[in-house]
Amino acid sequence: MNGEASSPVNGIRQEAFKAFEGMEFPTIKHEEWKFTNVQKLVKNHYSFSQETKLSADEVSNAFIEGIEGDRIVFINGIFSEEHSSISASGLTVKSLAQAFKENKDVVEAHFGQESNLEESTFAKANTALSKDGIFIHVPKGKAIEKPISLYFLSDAKNEAIATTPRNLIVAEENSQVTVIEVFKTIGENQSLANNVTEISVANHAIVDYYKVQNEASQASIIDCTKVIQGKESHFTGTTISLKGDIIRNNLDITLDGEHLDSYMHGLYLLDGTTHVDNHTAVDHKYPNCHSNELYKGIVDDKSRGVFNGKIFVRQDAQKTNAFQNNRNIVLSDDAKVNTKPQLEIWADDVSCSHGCTIGQMDEEALFYLQARGISKTRSKAMLMNAFAGEVVEKIKVEGLRTYIETLIEERLHA
Amino acid sequence: MLSIKNLQAQIEDKQILKGLNLEVKPGEIHAIMGPNGAGKSTLASVLSGREEYEVTGGSVEFDGKDILELDPHERAGEGLFLAFQYPVEIPGVSTTNFMKAAVNEVRKYRGQEELTAVDFLKMMKEKMKTVDMPQDLINRSLNEGFSGGEKKRNEIFQMAMLEPKLCVLDETDSGLDIDALRIVANGVNQYKSKDNAFIVITHYQRLLDYIVPDFVHVLHDGKIVKSGTKELALELEEKGYDWIKEEVAQ
Ligand SMILES: Nc1ncnc2c1ncn2[C@@H]1O[C@H](COP(=O)(O)OP(=O)(O)OP(=O)(O)O)[C@@H](O)[C@H]1O
Ligand SMILES: [Mg+2]
Repeated sequence: MNGEASSPVNGIRQEAFKAFEGMEFPTIKHEEWKFTNVQKLVKNHYSFSQETKLSADEVSNAFIEGIEGDRIVFINGIFSEEHSSISASGLTVKSLAQAFKENKDVVEAHFGQESNLEESTFAKANTALSKDGIFIHVPKGKAIEKPISLYFLSDAKNEAIATTPRNLIVAEENSQVTVIEVFKTIGENQSLANNVTEISVANHAIVDYYKVQNEASQASIIDCTKVIQGKESHFTGTTISLKGDIIRNNLDITLDGEHLDSYMHGLYLLDGTTHVDNHTAVDHKYPNCHSNELYKGIVDDKSRGVFNGKIFVRQDAQKTNAFQNNRNIVLSDDAKVNTKPQLEIWADDVSCSHGCTIGQMDEEALFYLQARGISKTRSKAMLMNAFAGEVVEKIKVEGLRTYIETLIEERLHA
Repeated sequence: MLSIKNLQAQIEDKQILKGLNLEVKPGEIHAIMGPNGAGKSTLASVLSGREEYEVTGGSVEFDGKDILELDPHERAGEGLFLAFQYPVEIPGVSTTNFMKAAVNEVRKYRGQEELTAVDFLKMMKEKMKTVDMPQDLINRSLNEGFSGGEKKRNEIFQMAMLEPKLCVLDETDSGLDIDALRIVANGVNQYKSKDNAFIVITHYQRLLDYIVPDFVHVLHDGKIVKSGTKELALELEEKGYDWIKEEVAQ
């Protein structure tokens, strides 16, 4: 991959760029990348953040109908003013490149602040190569009613495209915002999105962040989302993965205050050869916090689901409540799931539980439905819908929930 | 209505049904009794089409049709109903949605029009009454967290909704207290007509006091070894199965 560091925050970017030059992308020998081979992705030739134009139709086809609120569009990683609508008032929504110039104080206070961000080669590469991304700043006490939808479109009609969106979302004290992030590739060539999103949830703030990954089958996403939560804040991260080539989600949440709630919900419904790897980590640093994680997956054909969930409970984090659950249904002989909970607990007065299951379709239940006159195909669909429903029903944005339900319906009846 | 001839079936290479014969006519109630492990539930499973059971011989005709060729949902469409000995809990599937899907699939199969939402609800309300089915059970996921008795009541409710011709009740009385037993039996008796028939699998005379059988059969070691009228059930209750086993051994 090649590119140039032309950002105003050159200090951080130059450093990362150099480090990237000297570093290798992980192979499957790397403990954290054991099940996800990215070598073919990084060796591929891409055109990098190529400027291009998409027609209004091409763009609107990617939109999820029925979701209110502003839509922000990036094409090949570059902010498209033409296709974006920014009407919500009382907050700042703009391209990060622009924010570097105009909102220097906020950006510098939050950009690249997570100390371990640069441990990952992909994040480092992002820092070095990123040209643009979204900047959302919700001021103190402000609640934004409608969700903000981010569309990262890759135009791969003529050539393979790589993008490195870099996003910064800052919710100040006692504010509230919902963000929906969608990646979509248009065209037949390969695409790779190496995305980094930093989210700061200040004291008493509420942030709901949704990722919708229903990509083209030759499109890959390597995502790194870092969240830092202040005291008594609420964060919910929801990751819905339905299609793509290789998708790797790293979701790291630092619980940086007392009495806060943190939720991680995930659903992966995979077929073909789609490979989805969810690595999550939640770091309990203070007492009296609650984290709750539920990831569910159904894998069919030759697809693969990987789940790795880390929970750290530091010595000071007494009275922690941390729950984790990963449940999987494997529908075919060639589909696979690897799941691994990793709990590291140094405090003694905590309540933690974790569980993971990999199973087949419940034959008893399937027969029960059939014996009542419902065909096997439909009975299966009902059971899978019920399984996925536990995650889907937690989606608070109605339009998004309906959209996901429709996609699942379509998938199950296929 | 139902004609079973020399039925043989196995599961995992173990022969369970070993040449079973049974004839059921419209309007009849047949009780099947027999020791644990005799093959009573196996018979019910084979009739309703469970894949795990392999039919190795014999035939089953239902209204003149070879039902062994049909998928389970088609058998339900034809009018066969099995009230399970152990109804499964299905979290996430609402009882109402399930019932609506089942009723309409079965109607489609029978060439009837699907019910409108209003008509469906009306029918539900009516049938719920016949088994004293409380609304809050209907609002929950299918059988999830239901007590043993509630599950059995739900089976009879489903039976009433699906309007089958032949109902196989597999130990619907087990786990029921006396009031629940009366309710369930009452539901069955309301549904009973000269056009439909019942096969009632049970261990106890208690149920047969309410649902009075025309015939009583003893199933032992994969075969029906003795048939009689309702008096046979009383005799079994009193003397157990040993005398029958001895008779068979001779
Ligand atoms: N999956 C299976 N694999 C092997 N054997 C089985 C299986 N299912 C049932 N059997 C056996 O088949 C035989 C008949 O079982 P079935 O459930 O039909 O008995 P039953 O007459 O209904 O008994 P009960 O009165 O206890 O309900 C038993 O010996 C049982 O162990
Ligand atoms: Mg039985």
